[in-house]
Amino acid sequence: MRRLLLAAAAVMALGVMAPGMGGASAQTVRWAAAGDPNTMDPHSQNVGTVTMVLQQIYDPLIHRNADLSLRPGLALSWTQVEPTRWRFVLRPGVKFHGGEAFTADDVVFSIGRARQPTSNFGIYVDTVQEAVKVDEFTVDVVTRIADPILPNKFASVYMMSKAWSEANGATRPQNTRAREEMHTTRNTNGTGAFRLASRENDVRTVLRRNTEWYGWAEPDSARANVQEIQFRPIASDATRIAALLSGEVDFVLDPPLQDLNRLRAAQNIRVLEGPEVRTIFLAFDVARPELQYSDVRGRNPFADLRVRQALYHAIDIQAIHRTTMRGQSVVTGTFFPPQVNGYSQAEDTRLPYDQARARALLAEAGYPNGFGITLDCPNNRYINDEQICQAVAAMWTRVGVRTSVKAQPLAPFFAQIQRQDTSAYLLGWGVPTLDALYSFQSLLATRNGAQGDGIWNYGGYSNPRMDALVERMKTQSGADRMAAIHEALRIYREDVPHIPLHHQMIPWAMRSNFTIPHAANNQPYFRFARID
Amino acid sequence: MFAFIISRILQALPVMLTVALLSFAMFAYVGDPVAIMLGQDYTVAQRDALVADLGLDQPFFVQFAKFVVNAAQGEFGLSYRLSRPVAQLIVERAPATLELALCAAFLALAIGVPMGVYTGLYRNSWLSRFFLTFSLIGVSLPTFLIGILLILTFSVWLGWLPSFGRGDTVNVGGWSTGLLTWSGLKALILPSITLGLFQLTLIMRLVRAEMMEVLRTDYIKFARARGLTNRAVHFGHALKNTLVPVITITGLQLGAIIAFAIVTETVFQWPGMGLLFIQSVGAADIPVMSAYLLLIALMFVTINLIVDLLYYAVDPRLRIGRGKGAH
Repeated sequence: MRRLLLAAAAVMALGVMAPGMGGASAQTVRWAAAGDPNTMDPHSQNVGTVTMVLQQIYDPLIHRNADLSLRPGLALSWTQVEPTRWRFVLRPGVKFHGGEAFTADDVVFSIGRARQPTSNFGIYVDTVQEAVKVDEFTVDVVTRIADPILPNKFASVYMMSKAWSEANGATRPQNTRAREEMHTTRNTNGTGAFRLASRENDVRTVLRRNTEWYGWAEPDSARANVQEIQFRPIASDATRIAALLSGEVDFVLDPPLQDLNRLRAAQNIRVLEGPEVRTIFLAFDVARPELQYSDVRGRNPFADLRVRQALYHAIDIQAIHRTTMRGQSVVTGTFFPPQVNGYSQAEDTRLPYDQARARALLAEAGYPNGFGITLDCPNNRYINDEQICQAVAAMWTRVGVRTSVKAQPLAPFFAQIQRQDTSAYLLGWGVPTLDALYSFQSLLATRNGAQGDGIWNYGGYSNPRMDALVERMKTQSGADRMAAIHEALRIYREDVPHIPLHHQMIPWAMRSNFTIPHAANNQPYFRFARID
Repeated sequence: MFAFIISRILQALPVMLTVALLSFAMFAYVGDPVAIMLGQDYTVAQRDALVADLGLDQPFFVQFAKFVVNAAQGEFGLSYRLSRPVAQLIVERAPATLELALCAAFLALAIGVPMGVYTGLYRNSWLSRFFLTFSLIGVSLPTFLIGILLILTFSVWLGWLPSFGRGDTVNVGGWSTGLLTWSGLKALILPSITLGLFQLTLIMRLVRAEMMEVLRTDYIKFARARGLTNRAVHFGHALKNTLVPVITITGLQLGAIIAFAIVTETVFQWPGMGLLFIQSVGAADIPVMSAYLLLIALMFVTINLIVDLLYYAVDPRLRIGRGKGAH
């Protein structure tokens, strides 16, 4: 009797366990990241989690190398034949995965599709007036204004088959009005190095090598040998790392910082470190006559340059770098990293950490006893975002600016700051075009309702001189343009519209038998990867 | 009996409407789906157009009324996050959650009831004390911690079981099951234990308490006096009479297991409805969230109904009482 009960409990408790996990076949890479792509449509969602899968399947006219420099993709060459006309000579003999031949019609169609109102990729084609087919393998892109950085932008515009898109009713990127799912939400037809083999949302996305891809013959892909890519999203940080340690995945794109030391110590695991093109900074409401979240009545302390400088001086950036970021950050005095066109070492200097100076500046501005404010902060968007805010709040409080942190998940956080319902906030900014204009235009131009201008300038910063410089960046080229960027950077440093903190580092973790070049846009290029 | 079911269904309607209203009101605080759908760059005109497309510019009660009318027809629209029909998403995800929940419930019953009977019968044995200590762990450790500890032990150190996912699944008539493949079964073990551990200890403690209560009653003494075997006394008489509270708790807990599989599914990247819900919250995907909450409410209502009906089957006093029209 007694034995029977125990046996029943024991058998059920142990269950069936057997050693040995199913190993993957040769040259299959299993990799994981926290998020799963929302869609397989190449013009619908301009976010890293979607691009990291689609850039393996779809090719742009111009590819990026792992160091983010440009190289021929579906276009063999590109020249600015007139100030407002770029000519692209296309690569002949390319076929889509579905068998259709790639021609100028597909380019005209794809550029037009990216310009649709439901496209998320409008910024990459914002200056385009029209794309014109010259002959079967030549396309002219006519722009509204001279656009010197069009090739940089076109490295993010993926080419689709016109015939296939029309046959499947997918000529618009997404359709919120329709009640039906679009074909491109789950199907692809690109020209890229890998083709989509199967996909289950939030479970698994499998890509297979496209043996006909034109790029395999090139020297940097010659050693690449990946035949199959299995992407498995794993949202929980701890589980993702456990899967890497136990050998269930070969590569993790976003290992959490607190696990890095453990991963470095583990056998058969390699951590690849590199910078990301993303800068973390603090911004203020400088426009309102009175702050919404502060105990100062009748005036806005952030409108006073001395207060902004005081808060800058109060930040011990080395402490944040060492402790909060565990060394995984590049401290900066400006708001985009060196990979971005327009960066200037001379303008990349910080106001020094100096608490006495901070207190003196606050007193000078009329706040000898400081004041109280709320700092808005996301808690799941950037690396250690909430911890950074906590550290900053403590540092500000030490010089008299009593700061409370309001940390929220990204959805409510962004909803709140986009209503400009904030007095001070932390933001991280990536530069997909790798050109300074994108940052200046979005973050510092006066908000005027036009596409792009000041669209992320939630502090209401407005400086006519800055606006004039942004207009010059849009149209000028060469030395004039660089002069405008450098002047704008100097204004940024002197006027303190933001307090820059650091550029993020993005470590990747992988099994030691897998090699892939680190890319600062956080995109794994499996066409350069090798598994032994 | 039939009238009883009808009255229960009528009672359920206001419950469902209240849940719908509450969840709908809550969505004002989860963030702005439009901001997420538009991405980094847009014009004010594009934003307004999208808001109008989604009907988010209409007054709250107009939106709510539309939602209820559509929901009553099983129409929940397209997910904002995935641009796919919500009903289809939920149907795809339901098998994973249901298999996990049923396995966890089975585990809880199959281990919990014998353990409860044992500890009720042999109160002072060292094994009973061990079971009780163990059950304290199950009650007090949070689910995600149990999951992580299991992953660390059985996946990272021992390498026996997978740390995430469902393994290979087989599609049987539209139902994707992991029960028919070796890797699917292995993948089920850790999440089932994680999810079922709390219920297991709860059932064990409940059965133990009830057994101790029942063993003191006169009819047990009488049964022993009749010279019945221990087995007949313990299982035929004692255990059977503990079942009414056990069924109630198990039924309600099954609802809880399905509804609160969210944590377990997140830890194990188990592709069920809970994981879908969590990811929808992150993206302020209102159609999926509202459909999920309604479904969970419906499930609790249904389970309550079934539990009430089971009482009839188990406890003859209820049948007789109602038959006579007494009470």
